[in-house]
Amino acid sequence: MSAPHEPALALEGIARRFGRRWVLRGVDFTVARGSVVALCGRNGSGKTTLLRIISTALTATRGTGRAFGLDLARDRGAVRPLVGMLAHHAGLYDDLTASENLAFSLRMNGERTEPARVAQALEETGLRHDANESVRGFSAGMRRRLALARLLLRPPALLLLDEPYASFDMDGITLVNAFAARIAQKGGAVLVATHDVARGAAVLQRAVLLESGRLVPMDLAAALAAPAAINGDG
Amino acid sequence: MSRPGEWTRVRAILWKDLVTEWRTRTSFNAAAFLAALIVLLFGFALGPDRVTAGAVSAGVVWMTLLFAGVLTFNRAWEREIENGALEALVLYPGDVRSIFVGKVLANVVFLLAVGALVIVVAGILYGLPVREAGPLLVVVFVLGIVGFVTLGTFYAAMASRLRAREVLLPLLLFPMLVPLLLAAVEATAALLTGDLLGNAPQWIRLLIVFDVVFAVATYFAFEFVIEE
Amino acid sequence: MEAQRSTGGTATVLPRWILGFGAFAILFFMASQVTAFTISPAERDMGNLQKILYVHVPAAWISMVSYFLVFVASIGYLWRGRERLDLFAASAAEAGVVLTGLTLALGSIWGRSTWGTWWEWDPRLTSTAVLFLVFVGYLSLRGFIEDDVRRARWSAAIGILGFLNVIIVYYSVQWWRGIHQTQSSPETLSPMYTLGLRMNAFAFLFLMILFVSVRYHTAVLERGAEAREEEEALAGAAHV
Repeated sequence: MSAPHEPALALEGIARRFGRRWVLRGVDFTVARGSVVALCGRNGSGKTTLLRIISTALTATRGTGRAFGLDLARDRGAVRPLVGMLAHHAGLYDDLTASENLAFSLRMNGERTEPARVAQALEETGLRHDANESVRGFSAGMRRRLALARLLLRPPALLLLDEPYASFDMDGITLVNAFAARIAQKGGAVLVATHDVARGAAVLQRAVLLESGRLVPMDLAAALAAPAAINGDG
Repeated sequence: MSRPGEWTRVRAILWKDLVTEWRTRTSFNAAAFLAALIVLLFGFALGPDRVTAGAVSAGVVWMTLLFAGVLTFNRAWEREIENGALEALVLYPGDVRSIFVGKVLANVVFLLAVGALVIVVAGILYGLPVREAGPLLVVVFVLGIVGFVTLGTFYAAMASRLRAREVLLPLLLFPMLVPLLLAAVEATAALLTGDLLGNAPQWIRLLIVFDVVFAVATYFAFEFVIEE
Repeated sequence: MEAQRSTGGTATVLPRWILGFGAFAILFFMASQVTAFTISPAERDMGNLQKILYVHVPAAWISMVSYFLVFVASIGYLWRGRERLDLFAASAAEAGVVLTGLTLALGSIWGRSTWGTWWEWDPRLTSTAVLFLVFVGYLSLRGFIEDDVRRARWSAAIGILGFLNVIIVYYSVQWWRGIHQTQSSPETLSPMYTLGLRMNAFAFLFLMILFVSVRYHTAVLERGAEAREEEEALAGAAHV
């Protein structure tokens, strides 16, 4: 991994506007390697926008961000192999089967299709029996699993999860948490945007709250004890 | 990423687009049906005498292709946008321009198929001497479609992400295609009327220049249009 | 990262140099038109035909210059990211479109009185019409994009593509008309005309510079006002 003394993520003054509306107003945030951090906040607070900036899908209007020492805006090409996101929209192709979606993903990584790796990923996410089913018929939970399987094929150093526990059964949640734990253990970092801190109790170490476009630290223990208190509309 | 890696990505996009289209065939059926219909209608509108003249039928063939083709470009991108796949595509490691190349190639294959159908239908309805026109007709055909698809895919990458996309794409695209239309129609007409000493080679050269200039320009500009 | 912002200054509506230059440009244009009418001999066959040329030949040249400015500014924007380059490109495009629109309208009107038709497919007029549409498309696209950064990037891309097509369009239309020529096009002109042409060329050039300057100045001010609103929006609601 590049620059071992660099934190997994270091954001300084990250601001982003859409037209005249500022969604992020100056986010300062550091995530150390090996950590799993919850990013909390109400709907519309900008969690997804922040994740998209970290993933390099969006550029920030202002501020600087570095992932493992690499600039998010200027070194996008170098950052992208290191970051992986489980997004709200899975980005799967309905007319392809589960296996085909994964094979496509492998090839988009520039790698050759290896049926063994695809089968392995499907096995680990409990989708072995649906390998040759068209994704069109998949439930929301199955799509999540498939998106997770896609991440398993190329485990990122920095994992971004956008509401991973929503529309997901207990087994699925366990899978996600286990994956997050593995990433953190290997020296990476995980950022979990979620309403539902309780579901991530097994892996979350720290929490921050995105409010009015800025991050403030949050008492994770307190949040776990009384989850309804911090998030306005859950 | 290394060159073979990028080529794998291009092929992945090409394969995915063709397979998904093959499985549903919605775009192809719509475009093909519309194209056949337009050819027929031109026959009525212009009358059988006028339309069988090589020069006129060449114009009809290419305008049909343009109208039928323009439908497909937005559709190709919308498929990525509606399920959030576009962002996922951009985030894969490697050059985002490979996405563009893959999409262009897929659309070229698609339009070659539609175009072949147009030529067959027009050949039948208008009695075109397609076989006598020779292999150069295929060359003109391919060159014309490549240029059309390159610009169409590029402009649709923008238009498909805006409101009024159905109106905006033709508005942006068609003026840019005028040289291509002129060259393709003139070359096709020359070949269909057996005008071997005529201008076909010159127009073919123009098509090549057009294709090269815009392939290079769109390739380099794509990054600015796809990244946010 | 955000492109370099342009915050407008506290200028008056239009700076003085533009007002002065504007007066000069308009007077020069009137003078050129008068010169064109009076000094050039009336053609036996073409009647007032050459008068049309005084409009649409120079205007065609100058619209090329405008579009070239769009091209250069667009490349500059993609390379440097300076917002002002985008504003300049848009201003040049607007000037180009206005001037070519005028050319086409005037050309059409005069053609009507000379040939009896509203339109002739002569190469220059036709190419001008095509490029007019290309850059109308450029302006339309801008109208559809709300986010200023996206608007700047996307229009820079199509501004570049549009200009690359200029030469190709001219060449292909010229050639196309060469094949289908049914009436001779007034290509060769006696030296008597060239003075009138040159004067009008400069007249249109000055008008174009005037348009671009005014538009650019306005655009910078507008953007400056927007930027100030954005700063306020950012600072406000900070202590909720």
